[in-house]
Amino acid sequence: MSGRRLREPGLWLLFSAGGTLAALFLPALVMVLWVAPSVGWLTPPVHETLAAVAGGVLGRLFLTALIVLALYHWAHRFRYTLYDGLQLYHLNQLIAGLTYGVATVLSVAAAVVVWR
Amino acid sequence: MNPAYRRYHPKWYRARMPIFWWLRRVSYFRFIARELTSVFVAYAGVLLLVQVRSVAAGPEALARFTGWLQLPPVAALHVVVLLALLFHTITWLHLAPRAMVVRLGGRRVPDVAVLLGHYGAWLAASALVVWVVVR
Repeated sequence: MSGRRLREPGLWLLFSAGGTLAALFLPALVMVLWVAPSVGWLTPPVHETLAAVAGGVLGRLFLTALIVLALYHWAHRFRYTLYDGLQLYHLNQLIAGLTYGVATVLSVAAAVVVWR
Repeated sequence: MNPAYRRYHPKWYRARMPIFWWLRRVSYFRFIARELTSVFVAYAGVLLLVQVRSVAAGPEALARFTGWLQLPPVAALHVVVLLALLFHTITWLHLAPRAMVVRLGGRRVPDVAVLLGHYGAWLAASALVVWVVVR
């Protein structure tokens, strides 16, 4: 049990940091990158601009932080939604393993793709 | 709270709850909807990653990605994603004054000021995104 007591605050911090970054940046990113260009409010961003942002050190640090923390935010919140919402108390360990596991695998993939 | 589950624990009384308890009241449903915005947060993270990959692969790959975005069902999906993320942002920012107590000169900063500060940060972050991407 002491292992869980040590892990829980760390996972909560990741959840909280991810929630804040997502709250501040994602609506604008979704609007500018995906919604506005496809409904004709904006011309799609040009390759040169995006390549410059995604290739710079600041852009890479930002993208890594945003994507990794967004994934752990999901893992933590979704885990407890299943726990409370569907009352899957007996599957607690399995759900935790799956959600944090998926977040970890995708985070490694994100780091590889962003820093390649 | 997440106490260790014990199936046959003798001391606790657990009232039986139906699985779909959260459909019974608007406020319960709103709680579950708020928690489920996390799915859209993860989706946005993954799609950002896909876009970074297509940017790295060159202009043709990015054009293919942009073409996919313009398919009507995909565009409709992203409108839904945007609405869910706005719901996440608003509910998250409104939790901030309850989660943090800011003190300035020994006195507590009122909740409204903390909330306005967070809205200001949202505005600044959004302006930064627009400035960087739309140039």
